[in-house]
This record gives sequence, C-alpha cells and structure tokens, in this order.
Amino acid sequence: MKFVARDWILAGLTGAAALIVLFLLAFILGQIVWNGAPAITGTFLTASPSADMTGGGIGPAIFGTALLTLLMTVAVVPVGVATAVYLSEYASPRSKLAGLVRAAVQNLAGVPSIVFGLFGLGFFVLFIGRNIDRVIGNDRPVWGQPAILWSALTLAILTLPVVIVTTEEALRNVPRDLREASLALGATRFQTILKVVLPNATGGILTGVILAVSRGAGEVAPIIFTGAANFLPYLPTDLRDMYMHLGYHVYALATQSPNVDAARPMLFGTVLVLITLTFSLNLIAVVIRNRTRKSYAQ
Amino acid sequence: MLSSRLNVRLLPSVFALFTMACSGGHRNDQAPAPSASGESPSAPAAPSRMLTLKDSDTMVILAQRFAEAYMRTHPGTTIQVSGGGSGVGIAALLNGTTDIANSSRPMKDEEKARLRETRHQEVAETRVALDALAVYVHSANPVQQLTLEQLSQIYTGRVSNWRDVGGPDMPIVLYSRENNSGTYAFFKEHVLRTADFAANAQTLPGTAAVINAVSRDRGGIGYGGIAYGEGIRHVKLAGADGQAIEPSLENATSGRYPLSRFLLMYTAGNPSALAADFLRWVGGVDAQRLVEVVGYYPLPGVLPPSAGTTPTPPPAVAPSAAPAAPAAPPQ
Amino acid sequence: MNDIVGETGPRTLDRANQRDSATTSHADLRASISPRGPLQKRTPTPIWHRIAEKMIAATSVAAVLAIALIFVFIGREALPLLWDHLGMNLRDMIFPRQWTGYDSAVYIWQPVGTPEKFNAMPLFIGSLKVTLLTMVWSIPIAIGAATFVSQYAAKRVRDIVKPAIEMLAGIPSVVLGFFALMVLATWLQDTFGFAYRLNAIVSAIALSLTVIPIIFTITEDALHAVPKSMREASLALGARHWQTTLYVVLPAALPGIAAAVILGFGRAIGETMVVLMASGNAAIMEPLNPATSVRTVTATIAAELGEVAQGDTHWRVLFMLGVVLFLITFVLNRLGARVITRLHKKLTAS
Repeated sequence: MKFVARDWILAGLTGAAALIVLFLLAFILGQIVWNGAPAITGTFLTASPSADMTGGGIGPAIFGTALLTLLMTVAVVPVGVATAVYLSEYASPRSKLAGLVRAAVQNLAGVPSIVFGLFGLGFFVLFIGRNIDRVIGNDRPVWGQPAILWSALTLAILTLPVVIVTTEEALRNVPRDLREASLALGATRFQTILKVVLPNATGGILTGVILAVSRGAGEVAPIIFTGAANFLPYLPTDLRDMYMHLGYHVYALATQSPNVDAARPMLFGTVLVLITLTFSLNLIAVVIRNRTRKSYAQ
Repeated sequence: MLSSRLNVRLLPSVFALFTMACSGGHRNDQAPAPSASGESPSAPAAPSRMLTLKDSDTMVILAQRFAEAYMRTHPGTTIQVSGGGSGVGIAALLNGTTDIANSSRPMKDEEKARLRETRHQEVAETRVALDALAVYVHSANPVQQLTLEQLSQIYTGRVSNWRDVGGPDMPIVLYSRENNSGTYAFFKEHVLRTADFAANAQTLPGTAAVINAVSRDRGGIGYGGIAYGEGIRHVKLAGADGQAIEPSLENATSGRYPLSRFLLMYTAGNPSALAADFLRWVGGVDAQRLVEVVGYYPLPGVLPPSAGTTPTPPPAVAPSAAPAAPAAPPQ
Repeated sequence: MNDIVGETGPRTLDRANQRDSATTSHADLRASISPRGPLQKRTPTPIWHRIAEKMIAATSVAAVLAIALIFVFIGREALPLLWDHLGMNLRDMIFPRQWTGYDSAVYIWQPVGTPEKFNAMPLFIGSLKVTLLTMVWSIPIAIGAATFVSQYAAKRVRDIVKPAIEMLAGIPSVVLGFFALMVLATWLQDTFGFAYRLNAIVSAIALSLTVIPIIFTITEDALHAVPKSMREASLALGARHWQTTLYVVLPAALPGIAAAVILGFGRAIGETMVVLMASGNAAIMEPLNPATSVRTVTATIAAELGEVAQGDTHWRVLFMLGVVLFLITFVLNRLGARVITRLHKKLTAS
C-alpha cells in the first residue's frame, strides 16, 4: 500500500520521538567521553584519591565497586536461580505459591532504591548486625554498623528480580524435547534439571547475572546508609569494612569537592569509568542473549 | 571478643590474594590490641589500630587530609573517614558507630545527657581548627557587605530583591545547606536566631554544590566554610557594631568576624590509645599546617608566627572569645 | 550434558517447539512421561535429590520474604510514631499550622530547630510535580518511539534504535543526576532564563531518561503482541496505514500502554539520585509552577537520614516517608501487573 501524506506525518512524528531519545543518549555519552577521556590514565585508574578530592585516582572506588558486586553476585545467584528453577520446573501453572512468588518478584522490581537503603539500614545493620554483636558480646558495634557485607546483601535483594526473571526465561527456552529425552532415559527430574536443563540455559542465566551486576554496580541510593564511604585510602579486605564506590564517588565529587573546577576532570573521568563498566556489561549480556537465542532458532 | 574480627575469612582466597597484590597488604587486622590491656574495661573492643572518623560535611576534606598524613607517619594504622551520607558525627557517636565524631557545631547538652544515659559515657571535646563561615555571592554582584540583620532578612524571605540591600534590581536566589549539616545549624542559630529558613531556599547536599550553584547564578547567595570558597566572592559582614569585616584569620581569631567557630572532634568514654594519640597529633604542628593547606585557620598559638599566612601574631586571648565557642545554644 | 544430549544438541530444534515450551510450564512433564513407564527400570531417587528439591522450593519464597521483611523492618522504625509521638502532633505532618512567627497557617518542612516542623505535604507535592512533569514529556516520546520501531522502522533501523533506547536504562541514575547538575541545568537556564537554575524541569528531563526505556520497552512489547491478522484485516478493508496504526493497533495495545505508563510513574516517583542532585531541594508548595525548585520524598530521605540520631522523631518521620513511598509503588506495581495480565488475556482470546 502506498504511503499518503498522513502516513508520512505519523511516521515522521514517531521517528522524531525516537530521534530525540537517540540524540539525548548520544549527547550524554558524547559529553562524558569528550570530557572524561583525557582524565583516564594508568595512575587515575589505580591510585588512591588525594584527600581534597581534586587529584589522584579512583583505584579504591573501582576495587570497592568490583568487590561489592562480586559479593552481591555470590549472594543473589543461588537464590535467584533456585527460585527460577522452582517457578519453571516444579510449580504447576495454577500453583498459588508460584503466583505469590511471581507477584512478589514483580513488586520487588518496583520498590524504589532508596527504600532498599532504608531496609538495608533497618534490617541488616540495625537488626541482624546489632544482634550479632549482642550475641557475641561486643559492647561496641562491630557488625552493627555500615559495611560492605550489608551493602552487598541489600543490593542482592534489589537485583533478585533481574536474576529470577531472566533465568526463568532462559529455562523456559530450553526445549521440552531435551527434558523428555532425559526423563525417558531414566534420569530423575532433579538429574534432568542439573545435567540437562541448567547447562542448556547457561547463556540465559549468565545474561541475567550480568544484567544484575550492571544494575547493582550503578545503584547509589541503597548503599548511602549501608556502607559506602567518602574516602578510604585502603582497600576493603574484611566484610565489615566500609568501601569506596564509583557511583557514590561521583555523587561526593559533584557535591562536596572544595574546588568544583579542579575536580571536574576527575568527575568526568569517574563517570566515564562507571558508565563504561555498566555499558560493557550490558553489551556482553545482549551479545550472549542473542547468541543463545540464535542457537535455538537455527 | 577481640578475635571476632579475625575469624571472618569469608572472602574467597583468590580475592584475598588479589587484594594483597593490589594493596601490599597494608591492613593489619592480625595485630593484637596493645591498648586494651592498659585501658579501662570500657575501652573500645575494635582492633586498636583502626580508627573510624565520622564527619560533618564541612570537615570531610580536612579529616581526609589528617587521615592520609597520619597513616603515612604511623604505618600500620588505619583511619577510616566517612561523611556526607553515611551517618555523621554526633549522631554516629550517640549510636556508638564511630570512635571520633567530627563536628562543626558544639554538642548540645541534651546530646551529652543522652550519651550519659544510654551509653554511660562522658564526652571529651578537642578543638581542631578555626573556621569562619563565609557568605558568597556571584562575582558580578556589586553588593560588598551585609549586616547580620540583612542576612537574616534575606534568608528568612523577608527581603527578596537585591535592591533592598543596596544591590541591583534582581531577585535573590537563596542557597542553603542540607538541614543535617553543622553549617546549617550554625547559620540558623547565629544568623537567623533560630527562625526558619525561607521555604524557597534551595538546600544542596554539600558546600561545593552551593558554591557551584552561586558561581552560576547572578542573583545567588550562599554560605559555607571559607575552605570551599573558590570561584565566587565573599561578602563582608557587619555585626552589632555595624563595622563590615572581611572573613580572615586575623578577624576570625580575634573574634571580630561575626561568624566564626571552632571545628571540633568528640570522643565518648575513654578513647583508645590510637584515638588519644591521633587527637594529640591533630593539635600539633604537622596537622595544623594541613589545616592551613585545606583553607581553615590553624588553632591560635600552635604554629610559629612566621609560618602563618598572615604576619599577625596569634592573640594570647583564649580562643573562647570567638562566638562559636559557647557550648549550650539557647533552646 | 553431552552424554545425554549428544550431537543432536539444541541446534536442531525448530522454533515451534521453542514457542511451545515458552508458554507452558514444564511441571506437567511428570504426568506426560512416567519414569515408571514400561521401557526402563526406574532409577531410585537419591535422598539428597529430595533434599535439594525441598531446598529449591524453600528458597523460592525468598522474594516473598524480602517484600515482607522490607515492610516489617521499615515499619518497625516508623510505626512507633503512631503511638509514641515524641512530642509531635501527627496532624502537623499533613495539615498546615500557624507556627509562632508566621502570619498564617503554613505547610512547612523544617525538621531541624525548635519546634521541629515535619509537614510532609511539600515533599509529596514535590515528588508528584517532578513525576508528572517527567511523564508529560516521557509518554509521547516513548510511545512515539515504540510506535516507530514496531510499525515503521526497517529491520536495520530497528536493530539500532531498540537496543540504543534499552541502553538508556543501563545508565546509572547518579550519572544522570550528575549530567543534569553539571551540564543540563546551565544549558537550560541560559536558554530559557529560569529564575532557579536547579528546578523541577531540569530533574524531569533527566528523570525521563530513566522512565522512557521502561515505557518504550513495555509499549513496544504490547504493540508487537497485537496479532498481525488485526492489522491485515484493517488494511484489507481499505484503511490507510496511518488509520490502521492509530485506530486499530494502538487501541488494541492500550492496556499494555497503560501498564507501561503506570510502571513508568512508579519508577519516576521512586527515583532518588537525579532529584537529589538536580532539583534544588527547596520544600515549597507551588504545585503549578514547573520552573521552581522542588524537594521530593526520596531526596529528603537520602539527604537527611545519614545524620539523624536513631530513634529520634526525625528518624521515625523519615522511615515513615519510606513506608508511604513503599506503599505507593506497591499499589502502582500491582495495578500495572494486573493491567498487563488483562491485555494478554484479551489478545490471546481474540
């Protein structure tokens, strides 16, 4: 069918909307890369920040972010994958429990990140941490104060929906035939899941984990009260240490540096590192997802 | 109890190795606490070589400089500074989550009472530096001086145009600090006389953010420590006697500048050996030079006169001459 | 895996199979293939398999537990306020009051000072103002872009535009806040001459970058789910392309679009870092002027909680704000989910 004038108008308007978004994206990325790239040097990536936050590097912040997301991953993956396995392999479609879990996952995905921060403080730090102290007999909070462990657990709950949803999708995409074949050969259902379903869904699960890491690495609101520090010249080596964090560092630099203009290159540099981290993770996730999808499609 | 910290080896060993490779293993958790034996039973149970400082925003930079220098000259110690959003100063001291609380305002009597009640500890106060609260305007703003009364009217919203205080016909845009900062409390008490800030005063999460905003806003006015005051212009302030005074070391130490205060560190109960040593060090020459570097004023009488930025000899008067010193604010 | 799947692998499987498996649960497998079938001996299930299966079922409750714990532990800090007012009048949190030194009754948030004034109305007005502004600007753009991608764009274009917009969702909000604070605010003030450099409009534009990908993705899914037959029927009846898009495809996907808007709204009202950094944070009651600065609920919690003594009135009030925020987003999420389910039923039925 031929396009008439109104077709062109509608196509043009909607196309313009898409263009605006693309333009904004390009503008932001352009600004960040243009202003941030000159700041990126070996020293910048490895050194500690100087105390007045206008020089030095962001080594501890990179390390802190990496360690935080690693701990978070360790916590979230077993729980997320187990939940997805239950939803996809065990629960019947009409199961009340499965419905409840699904609703909870959906809700969890929509809880504001600052509420997670309140929760991390109220539950992990003040309830769990303080009670550990009470049981051990510390007369001064050792566990009951902000620490990397509490931040990681808070973020694990925040990213739980991402892992569950992507893993469940990955499990569902494993063809039924494989399960049938395995069961027909006499494998138990658990063996089938362990040896057939999960290995075939590895790509999808990995996608979920990477997306979760990318999300977790960029969140700042949940960690403000649960463990991020303004300045730590050493690297955290204990679960009860506080830590520096790229995202929090951006916030601190933007609002608390003594000389805004002097801190500007560092600020853009830090943003560039942070955004490179989250984007490359996202990109890897997309690539893996496309690959696994293709492998079934052929 | 002391060893509880050592028992945690939950991180995968790979990571521990990586950490060592990166950091050279400069944390020293294994060291037994040498102080605990000598101290009274109420001494903190945390490893003695680790010190936590919680901060008012104003003092973050200074505390970080202190931490950096102290750790360099005292190998094996770790000083952890957190500020801004992560539980600050006096509140953290009350909650028992810090060794030292940094504060830019004196602790209130009710806070001291609370500490006595809940933790059975007395507070010790250490003066760290002298600070003058500066009032900034955009560098193109012709207004050179304001009285405290005018400042109060501006910030309570009764005056909303620069015209009314001798400037051009231009609306005043108010920038303030977050209500949890010591700077905010000090300003509210000493300038506004505990009246409320105008609702349209924008509150920004750090003094840097205030300066950044004022430097881009021709009608803007903001306040904060002099340490942060680059890129904008300071206004001279006139107190009761009507004489406009520039914020400077001389005027701050002599008490002539109406908005000056001491920056303080608080400890509760018996400080650990490390905390005590750190506080001694803070009052010494090395630390006071850093105070100058960061942009605050050193404590009177510590540095030799020749080293100071101004040739004025430090006054012999007790520092309590400054208006910030009186402890209990009127409620 | 290889010993069972062998060379056949997943590659030989056709699409129909995949689609089939995507829409049904695998839980019914036990019914379709009995391990006790005549063909083979049943492998005895080791006891640890049973234990593992029990553990999986138990773990799956984690998400439910998380929601419950969030509510309980935020409530634990907030709710004592209801019976132990700590000298505060709860009415003053919502209704205006004429404090000493004021000419009239006012809504005022001044949590530090004597007396402390905790009226939360300016904060909720602020949150709503920013959120609505964000939506006003995000909805047409996101829906437009989704329509373009699903109805007009050639595959090559779609393969660029779609991931690019989804990439926006990967920008951490602190980066957007930073960008709004450092670049956007100045640019907008220079261009439009706002009296306040940091204002609701600046935050709304930055916020829209977090909301647009959400609305876009869900809308695009909904448009994609509209059966091809509906489109073709419309075109076959002589409707123009634009008529088909506007009067057939979009209306069919309307519930999905509604859900997208609801979920986007929930996201915008809960966003913290952008508004903390770029909204100016002045707690004023001016719901109608978009160019003034605002203080949102989220930014208030983030900015103030760190330095409040535990158990204070101020501490409890901030947790109370968190409870309200949690409830708001909870309701929005349930609503969004319900609308989406309804859409799927409707489209699969037709």
